[in-house]
Parts: sequence; structure tokens; C-alpha cells
Amino acid sequence: MNKASTWAHAHLDESLATKLIARAGLGDIDAKVRSGERLSFDDGMRLYETPHLAAVGLMAHRVRTARHGRRTYYNVNQHVNYTNICQYSCKFCAFAAKEGEERGYLMTPEIVEQKVREQLHRPVTEVHMVAGIHPRMGYDYYLDVVRAAKRARPDIHVKAFTMVEIDHILKISGKSEDEVFEDLREAGLGSCPGGGAEVLVDRVHKAVFREKQGPQGWLDTARKVQKHGFKMNATMLYGHIERTDERVTHLMKLRELQDECGGFMAYIPLAFWPYHTDLENYGHVTTGHLDQRSIAVGRLMLDNFPHVKAYWIMLTQESAQTALSFGANDLDGTVTEEKITHDAGTTEPQALNEMQLHHLIREAGYEPVQRTTVYEEVATAAS
Amino acid sequence: MSPAATDSTLLRDLGQKALEGGTLAPAEAQILYRGLDQPSLGLLANEVRLRLNPPDPDGKVKVTYIVDRNLNPTNVCVTDCGFCAFYRSPGDAEAYILPREVIYQKVEELIAKGGIQLLLQGGHHPKLKTDWYVSLFQDLKQRYPQVWIHGMSPPEITHLSKMEKRPVRDVLTDLRAGGLDSIPGGGAEILVERVRKVIAPKKATTEEWLEVFRQWGLMGGKGTATMMFGHVESDAERIEHMTRVRELQDEVGVFTAFIPWTFQPENTALGASMLAARGGQKATVAEYLRTLSLARLHLQNVPHLQSSFVTQGMKTCQAGLAMGADDFGSAMLEENVVSSAGCTHPTSIPEIERHIKDAGFVPQRRNMMYQPVETPPTDKFGKPAQQKKAVTSEVSA
Repeated sequence: MNKASTWAHAHLDESLATKLIARAGLGDIDAKVRSGERLSFDDGMRLYETPHLAAVGLMAHRVRTARHGRRTYYNVNQHVNYTNICQYSCKFCAFAAKEGEERGYLMTPEIVEQKVREQLHRPVTEVHMVAGIHPRMGYDYYLDVVRAAKRARPDIHVKAFTMVEIDHILKISGKSEDEVFEDLREAGLGSCPGGGAEVLVDRVHKAVFREKQGPQGWLDTARKVQKHGFKMNATMLYGHIERTDERVTHLMKLRELQDECGGFMAYIPLAFWPYHTDLENYGHVTTGHLDQRSIAVGRLMLDNFPHVKAYWIMLTQESAQTALSFGANDLDGTVTEEKITHDAGTTEPQALNEMQLHHLIREAGYEPVQRTTVYEEVATAAS
Repeated sequence: MSPAATDSTLLRDLGQKALEGGTLAPAEAQILYRGLDQPSLGLLANEVRLRLNPPDPDGKVKVTYIVDRNLNPTNVCVTDCGFCAFYRSPGDAEAYILPREVIYQKVEELIAKGGIQLLLQGGHHPKLKTDWYVSLFQDLKQRYPQVWIHGMSPPEITHLSKMEKRPVRDVLTDLRAGGLDSIPGGGAEILVERVRKVIAPKKATTEEWLEVFRQWGLMGGKGTATMMFGHVESDAERIEHMTRVRELQDEVGVFTAFIPWTFQPENTALGASMLAARGGQKATVAEYLRTLSLARLHLQNVPHLQSSFVTQGMKTCQAGLAMGADDFGSAMLEENVVSSAGCTHPTSIPEIERHIKDAGFVPQRRNMMYQPVETPPTDKFGKPAQQKKAVTSEVSA
């Protein structure tokens, strides 16, 4: 009787919307957004701090609609977290284990191959591989896990290694930067995920992930990756100790690097899950307002990023669906066996099937479009 | 309706009409409901919310909530509603009527936690008559005169009136004399006969539901109105529901708040069939938020609109505060009906306050009449401040 997918999507008439946004005290920012003028640091602060969330949402939604219409991307992917053994101890992480700990594990390349083979019956186009920084695995191991995935499924896109892992691989390789990227490409690396950025500010780095690569290290590594022709994403882990000005600084740094190299595909704000982490007694699950604001402000500030992704595992399906009207144009994928956020207590399932993703997208009034990792559209039989 | 079918001038005019407090025709409400994107609808609804519940002189905007508890004196019910997971038939092994001691204990827990109101609703028991409730209210008021009794949803009152073959007005008069303070708007579901015949054929009809509030309003009483949506009803029927509430409000001004929430199908007899027309899927938060915003635009003569964390979770409930809602509902120290249907979003008073502040509003405790109530001092964990002292003295003794 009711088909929610028949929601139409007209924006509020511009004159009326302009009036209401101005009444919310954001008229000058709205004028900039409409004329395509770049937003300033202060604009970002105000967008994060105003209680007028619907006004922020409408501005971001207009940008999203101008770029992507009602199209909402997802992919059919699988995650392989090849080890949880990590030489670092970041306070926000519940996933890492030390060598010798009972819950520690390391997948051999054969196991990685097996994990990819297990999904051959599904139309998976991407394997997303990120993991801990194992203290003893050599350079070849990293090339081998990529090769293993390609061996199991030659046409799969391997999106692997955050900037933290890439930096580590560069360091242990004993080779030049050019040689390492050439080796990775030859092994089958297709692109890099956007994790490990956390918040690109020294104070936060010192307080919660001091052992790991810092803000400058992440940006420098991302520059190398992009200069060698790999596409990548950029994340921000929000909802722990970071301040609003630090979130906006993070966005400014991403925007600068994108101006320079242009290799970022999507901005992905990641909602912090505190359980079983060292910040458990400090943090909370993020709120709906912070989730929507993170998406919307990202969309408005990052005028040079093509995509904003609402990663449902960390946002929750509900917040991710709402985010589609607050600037996000991507829901990530079907995932299959995610470990990192599940160790930190997410209440979301391990996987969603394509029909479930379609349902979330359609019920919010958008059109689901299957994509590859690098945002080429995939013709799909699913309706 | 295709996105292009509704032209932007019409949407603007209707949006403008709603902003100016104009009464939308049902067809106009539907055009806005289906025509605008979610942030646009939310932005309009937020404007109406700010007009109806304006900021303080210092610019701070309040979001209210109440500390109360559910008390379901009986789960015995003869209406067999297919969407209900709470009720038991007479004679069922799990059927109960709460004894007074249990009820008193629950009220004392409520008072200890700083609560001020009992949301007292239950099944349509075939034997419990008005005098049973009157004596319950009298006992409660005698022991706990400070506790507000928000009780007896309209179908319960219709049930008493039919069982005792006397007018609703007489039942209400007795209940009020016994101590009933206000009436919760439960059992409204969708106030359209076609829908009620499908989902609740034995329960009070639309006219009966409205008649209880008409009489109560004429007596000077107050209450709330709910809407359970996301099952067999159409858009037009949702809007008709809101329109009926609006019309009665114009007539008697009985409602303080409107509380929409989505059908929770788990553990209910009719869950699957009630969702058949929707492809077996319950309403998502996108539909909830749109409906919440529309309610603010279409029902402007009801002053308050509640966002529901019990059915939507804290994230969506909080998002609703930016899209028309001005109230977080109740801290619900005990909830049995929706949680029987598999929907559990537990929370606490500090969590409610944190979510209100996080969204940029000032939390304000209220009573059923939406008057501010002082918040008792608490420690940083949200426990009553004096509790610590008591423990210390116990240890030292």
C-alpha cells in the first residue's frame, strides 16, 4: 500500500530555505555554499556547534544532491583483518593483542586465500584488508597476503593497508619508495583504505595513540600513496577526546592534501565505540547529532572530495540511513566478518546482504547503485 | 508521485502556510510529506517547534522530559490485538493482577528515583470494574499524594463503560473522584476504522476513542495522543489520524502532546501479516523522522511533540529534536508493553540529559502539564546526592 520508496526529494524552495537558514544564524555560510565558495575554519566550527542541525543538514544535502542526485552507492565487499597482533597500544582500540596473548591471531597467506575463496559464491568485488602492526612479519608477508587474495579471486579489487601499515611496510622493506609501491602494485594492490588517520592533531595523537604514526606521518604517507597513483579514502575517528576545533583542523588538513594530490575518493567519519578499550570509562557511543553533524560538516567543508561515506558498522544502520539525507552518498558495503569495531562492542551485525542495503537506501527515498571500490558503477541484477 | 510532479512553488506555498500556523488540508499535508526531502521537512518543523515552544529570553532552547514509570496492573485482556505481545487471555498461566504490595513497592521505587508520575495502563480485564480502579487510585493517593496518576487509556475506559452499561462521562467522573489526574493517549493506533478493523477489531472504535477524550476535555481534563504507524495504514490514513486529533483538539483542547511511534512486530501474533503490505519490513528511521516532522506541521494546535527513544533508539530520538520534537518523553523506569515486542532501548536519566545537552538544548524536567519540575541534585553519576551520605553513615555504624 505504502511504498516508502516513492518519497520525493524536492529541496525546500530556495528563497524559503535561505530565510530559514539565515534565521538559524547560518545565512553567510549558506551563501558561500550556494556560490561554491570555500568554507573557512570558523565556518566549520559554527557548523559543528549550531543547534540547528536540520539547517546544516539541508545545506549538506543540497551539495550531495547536486553531485550525486538520489544515487547512493554501496559495494559487495568482504573484510579480512589478517592479524590483530599489534606492536602499538592505542587507547581507543579493543582489537589489538600482543604476541603470546590468547586472543592474538595471525592469518597466513593461505588462510587469507581461504577467506576469499569462502566468498566465491557471492558477487564480491572488493576485499578490504587492514590489521595490526605485527612486530615480526617481514616485507614479503604483506605482498603475500595481497597475492593470496588475488590468487583466490583474480578479478577482486584489493583495498589494503592503512597509512600506518604502508609506513611500516616502507620501513621494513629495505627498498626504495618507488620499488615498494611497484611491488605492491605487482602483487595486486588496487587502492588503500582511509583508516589510521584518527584525528590529525598532535594533542590527540599524544593522548591516545602516541606510539603510532602521528598526523604528519599519516599525511606524508598518504601523499606518497597518491603520488604513486593509488586512490585512497580518508577517515576521522570521532567521539572520544577530540575537541570541535580539532575535528575542523582534521578536515582542513585533508582538504589541503586533496588540493595537492587529488587521490582521495571518500571521506568517512568513523563513530568511536568505547567498549573494551582503554577509553571505555571515558567515552560513550556517539550521539545521533554528532553522527549527522560529522557527515554534514564533512560534506560542506570537503568541497574537493567526491564522496562522503556513512559506514554503517560504526554509525549503526539507523544513523547511516539518516546520514543519506545529511550529505552522505555511500553506505559502504556488505562487509562480511568485521572484527575491529565488533571487538569494541558495536551492536551492529557482521554483515548486511544486498537486499538489506537496498532496503535502507530505498526506504529513505534514494536509489541504490552498486559500485566498485573506485566508484565505477556495477550493473546489477538485484532490484 | 514522481519527484518532478510536485512543483516547487506549491511546496513553498504550503511550507509558508505551515510556518504561518495555517491549518493544512489533508491533501496539502500529504504533498509536503511525500514531496520534500527530509532536512527540508525537518527545517520547517523545527521552525514551527520554535514558534510553539520558543527559546528563553537568553536564547536557550529547552527540551523537556518526565521521570515516570509504567505500572501495568493487569496483563489480562479480552481484545486480542494482533500487534500486542504484552497481553494474556483470562485463565492463561502468565495472566496476572498485581497485588497492592507489589504496586506500592513499585511506587516507592519511583519516588526513590525522583519520579513524579505513574503511567498506569493495562489490559481490558473482563472482571475489574471502575470501583476496582477507583479504590486503587484512592489507596495510591492516600499513601503517595504527590504522585500524579496518568492512567487508563481511552479503550480501557470504553471497556469499563460497556461492561457496566453506563456513559463514559460517569466512568470518568468516578475515576477522577478516585484520583485519576490525566489520561494517556494509548490505544489510538490509527484512528481510521478500516485500519482498526484489521489490527484491533475488538478494541474501542475511532469514535469511542475520541469520545473519551471529548468528555474528559469537557470536564477540564488533559491527556496525550499517540499514533502507532508503519503497518497496514496508508499515508492518507496517517494524515487522517492526525486530522482527527487536530479536530478534537480544536473542539475541547484536551491534548498536551502528540506521540508517534512505529509498530514493533517482534513476538506479536499479527506482526508478519501486518507488515505484508510493506514487504515484511517494519518502518525505518527515515520514515519515522519524516512522520515526526509532518506531525509538527499538521498538528499545530497540540503544543508538544515527543521523540521516542523506546522505539527508535537514542540516536534517532535525539535527531528528532532538530526536526520538530521538543520533548524526549519519559525516562520510563519500567516499560513492559513495547519491550514485550522485542524492542528494548534501555536508558537512564543522565543519558537522557546528556543527549539533550549534546544536541544543543537545555534539559528540563517536567510534569504531565508540561510545567517545569525541579531536578533533584545528583552526584556526577546521576544518583541522588544524599545517597552517598547514607552509605557512609551505615559503614561507620
